[in-house]
Amino acid sequence: MRVVIIAFAAAAIALPAAAQEKPVELKKAPGVDKVESNCSGCHSLDYILMNSPFPTAATWDAEVTKMVRAFGAPISEADAKVIADYLKANYGS
Amino acid sequence: MTIGGEGANGTAQFTLDDLKRMPAVEVVAVNQCAGNRRGLFEPHVPGVEWGYGAMGCARWRGVRLKELLDKVGLKKEAIEIVLNGADSAVTDKTPDFVKSVPTWKAIEDTTLVAYEMNGEPLPHFNGFPARVIVPGWTGTYWMKHITSITAATKSESGFWMNPAYRIPLGKFPLIGRFTSQDSAVNTPITEMVVNSLITSPTNDAKVKLGAPLTIGGIAWDAGYGISSVEVSTDGGKTLAAATLGEDLGRYAFRTFSLEFVPRAKGPQTIMARASNTIGQGQTRQLIANPAGYHHNVIHRITLEVA
Repeated sequence: MRVVIIAFAAAAIALPAAAQEKPVELKKAPGVDKVESNCSGCHSLDYILMNSPFPTAATWDAEVTKMVRAFGAPISEADAKVIADYLKANYGS
Repeated sequence: MTIGGEGANGTAQFTLDDLKRMPAVEVVAVNQCAGNRRGLFEPHVPGVEWGYGAMGCARWRGVRLKELLDKVGLKKEAIEIVLNGADSAVTDKTPDFVKSVPTWKAIEDTTLVAYEMNGEPLPHFNGFPARVIVPGWTGTYWMKHITSITAATKSESGFWMNPAYRIPLGKFPLIGRFTSQDSAVNTPITEMVVNSLITSPTNDAKVKLGAPLTIGGIAWDAGYGISSVEVSTDGGKTLAAATLGEDLGRYAFRTFSLEFVPRAKGPQTIMARASNTIGQGQTRQLIANPAGYHHNVIHRITLEVA
């Protein structure tokens, strides 16, 4: 019992920031694996939901391009296309 | 935290304890995201599609930035004060979040390096251990986790100053300008526009015919001070002066309230419009701009009277 209590207390101390955030569940659709693996390396997946639902196809293309060109995201051209297609199909207008 | 730069006469370092030993100043001030209400733009513009809530008002306690700058001394060529925090991006190709403010704004009595929010140490997400607060100006300048303050003799040119956080020149009635950053077509977003929000009742609330209720909300601006809030309970045909609540300082949310008795059944539109002491008001029509800033269109809610 004592061990359990100590472990719980340690977790509570170690994770105060993370504990306030709910995991982000993106829509399960083709390309979601590329989105999760590439995008979450740099930012919370919240930003996809927070930028929705208005972006047109052209806007999502521009957003992905911005991540690569302005922010230097190391994403291959092939993955960038999969990501943009996923966003257009699931989080666009 | 290091203070220096080519626009300063020297360099100095401060720990959190050093800051706490200096004279403390308190300011109640609104911190609002530059893009608050972007999601209400028609036509829509890209970015985080905020509703009404990307803002807060708190009591900040800290040291005047001017007092810190005085410790090293500014040269007269120092035109901007550059702010950087402890955070950085995952890849070195991502521009670091660095912001500058014009020297005149940095040395205002209310611009602080704050270490407390509402009487407690800053929470991590609010910038622990210390952050800059720039009352009157949008949140983009309120650098969190501040580690570096440098006086610059030329304008800061990083991504987050240009092209990011820009408004078209000449479209908004702003007094507090950042002219060393002007381009031919745009300028940094600076001070907040006068604004208000009805917070009670909520939109689409069901209320009773003949039963008195209080329409309440908040108003704020860039620190010129809210002078009045007018409320319409008939969709804008007539206006009544709301009662202003406690004055917590010119940078704070100012509450307002109006007693109201619904006299007609069906949907009823309630609107609020704030004005400030220099004659600025809220707009009826959205002022379009590419980044979706400065939405201060008169807020309206609909009540269902039954």
